[in-house]
Amino acid sequence: MVDIQETTLDTLEPGEKARITKVRVKGAARRKLFDMGMVAGADIELVRNAPLGDPMDYRIKGYHLSIRKEEASQIFINKL
Amino acid sequence: MEKREIKIALTGNPNVGKTTLFNALTGSRQHVGNWPGVTVEKKSGRISYKEYDIEVIDLPGTYSLTAYSMDEIVARDFIIEEKPDLVIQVVDASNLERNLYLTTQLMELGSQMLIVLNMCDIAEERGDRIYIDKMQELLATPVITTVATQKKGICDLLDKVIEQKQIEQHHGHEIGYGNEIEEKILEIEKVLSEDETRDKRYPLRWVSIRLLEGDSNVRQKISDSPVYERAMAIIDSIDQEEYEAEIADKRYLAINTVFPQMCTRANDTLTKSDMIDRVLTNKYLGIPIFLALMWGAFELTFAFATPFMDMIDIAATWFADYVSSSLHPDWLASLVGDGIIGGVGAVLVFVPNIFILFFLLSLLEGSGYLARAAFIMDKLMYKIGMHGKSFIPMLMGFGCNVPAIMAARSIEDDKDRLITILIVPFVSCGARLPIYVLFAGTFFGRQAGTVIFAMYILGILIAIISAKLLRGTVVKGKPAPFIMELPPYRVPTFKTSVIHMWDNGFMYIKKAGSIILVGVVVIWIMASFPWGVEYGSEASYVGSLGHAVEPLLKPLGFDWKISVALIFGLVAKEIVVASMGVLYGAGDNSEALSERLLADPGITALSSLSLMAFSLLYMPCVATVGVIKKETGSWKWTMFAIIYGVLVAWITAFIIYQGGRLLGY
Repeated sequence: MVDIQETTLDTLEPGEKARITKVRVKGAARRKLFDMGMVAGADIELVRNAPLGDPMDYRIKGYHLSIRKEEASQIFINKL
Repeated sequence: MEKREIKIALTGNPNVGKTTLFNALTGSRQHVGNWPGVTVEKKSGRISYKEYDIEVIDLPGTYSLTAYSMDEIVARDFIIEEKPDLVIQVVDASNLERNLYLTTQLMELGSQMLIVLNMCDIAEERGDRIYIDKMQELLATPVITTVATQKKGICDLLDKVIEQKQIEQHHGHEIGYGNEIEEKILEIEKVLSEDETRDKRYPLRWVSIRLLEGDSNVRQKISDSPVYERAMAIIDSIDQEEYEAEIADKRYLAINTVFPQMCTRANDTLTKSDMIDRVLTNKYLGIPIFLALMWGAFELTFAFATPFMDMIDIAATWFADYVSSSLHPDWLASLVGDGIIGGVGAVLVFVPNIFILFFLLSLLEGSGYLARAAFIMDKLMYKIGMHGKSFIPMLMGFGCNVPAIMAARSIEDDKDRLITILIVPFVSCGARLPIYVLFAGTFFGRQAGTVIFAMYILGILIAIISAKLLRGTVVKGKPAPFIMELPPYRVPTFKTSVIHMWDNGFMYIKKAGSIILVGVVVIWIMASFPWGVEYGSEASYVGSLGHAVEPLLKPLGFDWKISVALIFGLVAKEIVVASMGVLYGAGDNSEALSERLLADPGITALSSLSLMAFSLLYMPCVATVGVIKKETGSWKWTMFAIIYGVLVAWITAFIIYQGGRLLGY
């Protein structure tokens, strides 16, 4: 087994892929993220940062979803 | 023969072509209004097909049916309470997996469903294959394919609607949430079922699941129930966040087990949309392109509309003169001419702006760029306590606050939207420019340009400070999280944009128009009475009011004449200049007015600066007040906007005038 290190979604570089392990976002954003497909086990890829650096453009479940670094830093992933 | 009625509801994720399908179905037979009690737009239409009269209700586009937004609550309440014969979910064939999440929730509501697979052309082009038969079987729901933009499959759809109506069968299709959660669901169902007075339209299982997910709207709905406490005791015993995650997981798991059987997706090749994004949201090119597009949209909205606005203005003036000269007695002529026709003119003059703006916004939205605009501006806007989506309304504010406030409709979060609506009036619109030109030109000579620029900056600063202030006080909380789909770029449909433009244009005339008209007539009455005085003169009620408020405005450096001009400015801010002309006996002659202002010892460079700032900030014009009322749906917030504006204006002007005097100016 390769040692898989758990990290957070905001650390992904453009083009890198990962699998979501845990969503620790609280409040209304939590449910919204679930609704949009950000659930444990889902594969996700960072496509690019916005021109000013934030928010981020991710590809998940075959579509593009944009969230801020603030929320991304509370989503745990294993890099693939 | 009497036609038989069918009621269908159209649901679906945003950006799946639901509106295009709705337009293709109902054509021009649409009715636009609001859902009762909320500002969410309600669209419905009718189709006569074969021996049926079909009513279509276009529910708000949502990703889910949780209580995240008003849209979602409106959609699910309609399905549960109004029980349409059929719920049609429009599904984007090129984005099937996420679309099915809403399907799972619709199924739990227990309504009869039909799935419309739209945009099959895009999916096919990309190389996806969808097995319709398998999909129908796995979801136990009929599936129809359409390409709404080309009106393909509309008749098939209508035939299927009729067929389903005749079957009247019900197929439950439930998702299993695993032993632990299922036990809790049963436990809550059992408690809830003991209440015989409960609203039986709501399926017990659905209510139980929603409670486990922590749905505050459903919680509130059962709060009067005698078993409420007991149901809550069960909810309080669980780790609610975990349950929330687990339930969403299970839904996606259910989708994942059926999804590979009904669809094979092409490898993730770079789509056209991805390539466009490489340019439009590029690190270096993204912002220049964005600014160029925004400049273009702004110019089109305001420069292109100007000749039309002038035409309306000239026509209204001509018509008012014509009516005045042919009506007797004089007071009636003046009431109809200056008051009513002037008032109608004041309403209509904004129509070209609003039409063009909504046409462009619809193009931007339909193309997918509107989401990118928010994506690009969010960081900057977030820093000032706002959401990326607030940028376009604020930008439009520089042209005219009226369409700008209407443009705030694209902001989903109620608080973000309210703050945007409340601060847009501080953005210096085109109507305030003539005031700056007159006073800066008269008192500041070669520095006039700098002074005018400073006014624009002052407006932006006050808007930013107000946003921060409101966030900390009356509209508490951080900006809504930015969780937004960046939909694929598409060629927008012309018809959809035109319909969008008409709908919003007429909504404005209907809703805001009446308030504007009343406002204009009230000002007319105040300027014309007591009967026999010269219009707007010292002897009129406006004159008296000017004198009455003079003590309040004295510390700002204003005399009664300026007070009167400011009262007239409530109709439209540029009228401040015209009424100064009347009060100084200079008429339309701006040079003569400049000279007389310079000769008047009551007004100095300092007080003119204070006046410019006051004109910028004080109460929004009646048209803006009208749309604030229409868009917030609340007199409370409308009054707040007025009072807050006056206070801010007074304080700012006070600081400028008294501060300037202390410094020896």
